[in-house]
Amino acid sequence: MIPGPFSYHRPATVADAVKLLSTLGDEARPLAGGHSLVPMMKLRLATPEHLVDLHNVAGLKGIRRDGNKVVIGAMTTQHELLASDEIAKSIPILHETALLIADPQVRYRGTVGGNVANGDPGNDMPALMMTLWATYHLDGPNGAREVAATDYYQGAYFTAIEPGELLTSISIPVPAAGHGYAYEKLKRKVGDYATAAAAVVLTMSGGKVTTCAIGLTNLSEIPLLADAAAKAVIGTSLDAATLKKAAAAAQAIMAPAADARGPVEYRKHVGGIMVTRALQRAAAKAS
Amino acid sequence: MAKTHITMKVNGAEVEGLVEPRTLLVHFIRENLQMTGTHIGCETTHCGACTVDIDGMSVKSCTMFAVQANGSDITTIEGMANADGSLSALQEGFRMMHGLQCGFCTPGMIMRAQRLLKENPSPSEDEIRMGISGNICRCTGYQNIVKAIQYAAAKINGVEFREAAE
Repeated sequence: MIPGPFSYHRPATVADAVKLLSTLGDEARPLAGGHSLVPMMKLRLATPEHLVDLHNVAGLKGIRRDGNKVVIGAMTTQHELLASDEIAKSIPILHETALLIADPQVRYRGTVGGNVANGDPGNDMPALMMTLWATYHLDGPNGAREVAATDYYQGAYFTAIEPGELLTSISIPVPAAGHGYAYEKLKRKVGDYATAAAAVVLTMSGGKVTTCAIGLTNLSEIPLLADAAAKAVIGTSLDAATLKKAAAAAQAIMAPAADARGPVEYRKHVGGIMVTRALQRAAAKAS
Repeated sequence: MAKTHITMKVNGAEVEGLVEPRTLLVHFIRENLQMTGTHIGCETTHCGACTVDIDGMSVKSCTMFAVQANGSDITTIEGMANADGSLSALQEGFRMMHGLQCGFCTPGMIMRAQRLLKENPSPSEDEIRMGISGNICRCTGYQNIVKAIQYAAAKINGVEFREAAE
């Protein structure tokens, strides 16, 4: 399989990349890790006339601490994320999740920015970014702006990004010390997209949940934040009745597609189980 | 479409070529360089048969354009034997432990395994299995591939290889 012809551009700065994307218009696509786009191009499901390769843009790389936030450059690979001590220390759920994405080869090339920006409902990072209250930094022909992860996703492959805009970095407020976390992902095999997955970040005090956020992956055409489910566990010790209530509240907003990963009823059923397990494991980790 | 001139180092030798932007790295390696040890399996980034080592990373060469490898340092299965032509520890391991049957996945398996052992010289069985999770084998059931990598790790570390009891 060979992709259709295209012109190749390799800018060195964010400004040049944005300029290329905005002048070349709809026929141009940014190329990050390429592990979603290149297979789509080989299948001719995507036929961009121009590719703007971002690998040479130094300004899109790196992970840094900025006060109480961690800023991740859009071109940071999953492999680099996994190698980061800063991430291990301050936002370990990112490590847990990155290890469940695809396989080692894909993680060497696949980027965090590509994973969150593309709007693929199967990607794992979007729901997690919502759970962590992340902010996406976009740069475009009309300047830079910020969009909350919770406002970014509008439909499958349809996001708040405007033509000519580029995701440059993601900033994540560091969760409170002693927070509990878990990403539970049911998949058919290593490397697969989730049949259902749930992210939980919570804090506990005196055996009771004080704050909680729950994200859901691949259980709708966009990543979901299960607000009602999170609210249901606040102030509780996650007893059996509460877990059941939270799972039901999460299931109420799930709208998965029926596909090779299973019928709708099954995916909602296991979605509830992922929420329950993630809550239990996160609580056990909290201190 | 205009062609681009690219240069890179492959198995220690400087190579060059003229490629269309859409030429995949695996096609450049197999067709321009005539090195056909790197295999094309699924063509959809799943099977890992096309795995090569690029600047210290295991990469599926069917999912990268040759122009993107301009200036890089690549190792393919043709560069895996020792300088005197004898089998490297991994190649010997695959031979001694019967780590292949049809052999189609083997170049990708070996290229992935060498990077795994560089990053983690004494991997556990679980780490090996996760480490090669991007490489699919339809013959062996992986048991002997895991043993082959354990054999190579032992040899590289200078310790005696002992097969785990079944």
